[in-house]
Amino acid sequence: MTAATTSPFTTVIGLEVHVQLQTRTKLFCGCATTFGSPPNTQVCPTCLGLPGSLPVMNRRAFDLALRAALALNCEIASFTKWDRKNYFYPDLPKGYQISQFDLPFSFDGHLEVSDPKGAFEPRRVGIIRVHLEEDAGKSMHDEAAGTADSRIDLNRTGTPLCEIVTQPDLRSPQEARAWLNELKLLLVYLGVSDCNMQEGSLRVDANVNLHIPQDDGRVAKTPIVEIKNMNSFRSVERALAYEAERQWGEWQATGAELGSTPKQTRGWDDSAGITRGQRHKEESSDYRYFPEPDLVPVTVTADQVAAIRAEMGEPPAALRTTLENRWQISAYDADVLVNQGQELVHYFEELAGLVGEGKVASNWMQQDVLRSLNERGGVIADFPVGPAAVADIIGRIKQGDFDTSRGREIFAAVLETGKPVADVVASMGIAAVDDSDLRALCEELIAANPKIVADVQAGKEQAAGGLIGQAKRKNPNVNPGKIRALAIEMIRALS
Amino acid sequence: MSLTDRSATDLLAALEAGDVTAVACAEAFLDRIAATNGEINAFLSVNRDQALDEAARIDANRQSGKPVGPLAGLPVAVKDVLCTTDQPTTCASKMLAGYRPPYDADVVRRLREAGAVLVGKTNMDEFAMGGSNENSAFGLVRNPWDLDRAPGGSSGGSAAAIAADMAPLAIGSDTGGSIRQPAGLCGITGLKPTYGRVSRRGLVAFSSSLDQIGPMARSAADCALLMETIAGHDPGDSTSLDVAVPAYRAELDKPLKGLKIGRVAAHFGEGLDPEVAEHVENTFAAYEAAGATIHEVELPHAAHGVPTYYLIAPSEASSNLARYDGAHYGHRWDGTRPAEDGGITEFDSPLVEMYCRSRAEGFGPEVKRRIMLGTYALSAGYYDAYYAKALRVRRLIRQDFLDAFEQVDLIGGPVSATPAFKLGEKTDDPVAMYLVDLYTVGTNLAGIGGISFPCGFTGGGLPVGFQLQGPALSEPLLLRAAHQYQQTTDWHLRRSTALPA
Repeated sequence: MTAATTSPFTTVIGLEVHVQLQTRTKLFCGCATTFGSPPNTQVCPTCLGLPGSLPVMNRRAFDLALRAALALNCEIASFTKWDRKNYFYPDLPKGYQISQFDLPFSFDGHLEVSDPKGAFEPRRVGIIRVHLEEDAGKSMHDEAAGTADSRIDLNRTGTPLCEIVTQPDLRSPQEARAWLNELKLLLVYLGVSDCNMQEGSLRVDANVNLHIPQDDGRVAKTPIVEIKNMNSFRSVERALAYEAERQWGEWQATGAELGSTPKQTRGWDDSAGITRGQRHKEESSDYRYFPEPDLVPVTVTADQVAAIRAEMGEPPAALRTTLENRWQISAYDADVLVNQGQELVHYFEELAGLVGEGKVASNWMQQDVLRSLNERGGVIADFPVGPAAVADIIGRIKQGDFDTSRGREIFAAVLETGKPVADVVASMGIAAVDDSDLRALCEELIAANPKIVADVQAGKEQAAGGLIGQAKRKNPNVNPGKIRALAIEMIRALS
Repeated sequence: MSLTDRSATDLLAALEAGDVTAVACAEAFLDRIAATNGEINAFLSVNRDQALDEAARIDANRQSGKPVGPLAGLPVAVKDVLCTTDQPTTCASKMLAGYRPPYDADVVRRLREAGAVLVGKTNMDEFAMGGSNENSAFGLVRNPWDLDRAPGGSSGGSAAAIAADMAPLAIGSDTGGSIRQPAGLCGITGLKPTYGRVSRRGLVAFSSSLDQIGPMARSAADCALLMETIAGHDPGDSTSLDVAVPAYRAELDKPLKGLKIGRVAAHFGEGLDPEVAEHVENTFAAYEAAGATIHEVELPHAAHGVPTYYLIAPSEASSNLARYDGAHYGHRWDGTRPAEDGGITEFDSPLVEMYCRSRAEGFGPEVKRRIMLGTYALSAGYYDAYYAKALRVRRLIRQDFLDAFEQVDLIGGPVSATPAFKLGEKTDDPVAMYLVDLYTVGTNLAGIGGISFPCGFTGGGLPVGFQLQGPALSEPLLLRAAHQYQQTTDWHLRRSTALPA
């Protein structure tokens, strides 16, 4: 029995993910969305909310959001509208956010996540809705200066955001993290978002409570807590794990159940590793949603949906299956490759095509290309050794020019020097060792190692391995397999 | 005949013929403003030097044969609810006192490109909320026909400016009657175009789904002239109609024979001033004499127009005016707490106190009343009973008009139940003030067009207005019907004697 099944409770998790769409311009005006510009330089009357300004929808943002919704298997509304969410805050210069309330552009989808190592059962997570809205600006509170000065940067105001709300279908912090990874991978594959959490282009809030089976068959449910302020997927996993334990402790102490208190919001303190209750407002906030009169409703035709579907490309889940079938690699290998992103998959497929064998290509990708890439940093598109060079090395190994470990050294040298494979092979003095040279070498070794010869003659063939190291010291270019086979053959011939 | 006595159409012909210079024209109206604005208070700001520079530039271009715009040299007064980069845009509110926008409203841009000379910004009810122009933070406007009476509102400054010959053309905005009602009370002509016909970009929003900019002038012909410049599609306003702009002046002279005008019996019920009723009935008769036919039509839900309007407009306003929070621009509380504070004294945070006090100081009572009405109507638990229901009634009102226009081309009737009322007469009774919109709000709720023009004078010498309402994009017909009436009557030519000539 695993730990999960012996746990006295089930953790029930739903996520709300805000994703910044990868558009050049904002959702309702032509201002740029570039990250990191000097404060308040990417603004105009519309995103500043100046008197008399009006929004005009960016169709490109809408189409990108449609793409995300389709990839999340959502229904697409043929008619959708905008609503105003009213609240006062200095980073919201209009006093309302343009969002979608009762008619989101998409709903009822799902995204599956599984673990190829089987850490958890495959999980289909329902998507309640995906809607579009504009982002607010940023408030910077300079409390350190002692002046309690607050500064407002409205560059981000009006940036398109997709809000993805899941059903409470996740059952562990680990699953939640894995699902977020899958979601991020999907959105990056689709070109919907760069999902950079550090730059705020992906933000996650989590709702969590515990279901606790009782002796009488009833299931007790703890009050739902919303966790905010998590700035990495690792934080999400840690915060959820902490919160589950906290709620379990609270349940044991108070027995408080869902409905007995208003929904609580807690903030994750990453360095302390705990969640803290946030100031609770007396009355629940009333956003006074109503239809945005400055924008016209949006209609989406079947043809438009088909056009977006056509340009979408293969989502990660489908791509994994494709790689498994096309290149005869394991589900695990396909998962590793696909999870590294589209560019790396392109690299792999080119390499596999040149080598004519998926498994070998996949091994090289994981053991050499990916490892070097991780050590160097950067992206595969900038990696200096291309698929053709790797295929060249593999080809030479296959035809027996040298063995795999020598091949690795060549790969490393190509990476370091930037020279063509043939030049590196030449400069390392590697040449195929011909059979007469091998035979002479074996004779010399047999003569020098009577103990090994005796062992092999006694039937311990593995003892021949002792000759290989010696052979390589004498001639680094010898093929260990060939040495081993030839040595055994010659020892047997002696007896 | 002095320049300020002439119509815009007449002045334009004289300018184009070289009989009059733009500078002379601008000077004449600016002098008139200087002489009478102290009394009327129609203008909140006057742009004398810049207007004269612009006029001189136009004269130079015209004399050297360079192309000039279709309104080149004509002075235009603009309601202070449209953004102008060269003049403050205050919406007659302390909240925006001295506020100068960084961009021109689309209509202002069109006016400048057409060569209009912007002489100043006109007074109004604060944020266009009101029907008497008594809600201005910068003083009320007096009706040029009787200085003790209101000019109507909210475009009271623009209406009074035309009536007092301070400008030949003016821009107003109409959310529930704010062009037509003051036009009626001041004896001028004002058109509320179909929703979307004129861009709202740069019009400071009161109620976005109802607001529409329109022309105000002495005659329908002058309104047609101004419409040709201000109407048209604006990709910067999502609700702007992408429909070609007709040559409004081209069809003015077509006779009215065969025109079907509807008459709504309910318009002549309780509350309608008998003198107003008489002039309105006479106007129907005049149309019959001109070859039109009059048909009884019904607008069954019209009685719900005012309550529907006073849910939808304040709801949108409560959101539209949220941006005036003291944080980014406009009035901000200076941090001094009043010694006597009758209101809330405890606040959630210094920020909330700043918001509350800035808004308490910056907004006038009517604006606050409407923000509260709207906030209430949109609140959880009340939304369905108020705002959502109002939207349903709005659809019924719109359908009433669509049904009526199956039977008739236009619907005629009074603009207001009474002629201009005394200043202060209704200020203590908001509901009485709201009822001045009785005949006009339906046009806005239905998103259609309406025109108001003078159709007689009371025994006391006050103008009486007649309203025609027409289907979407019927502006050519509305203008033609008003113009044809003005070809056989001289009400629109009469001038007030309450002011020095």
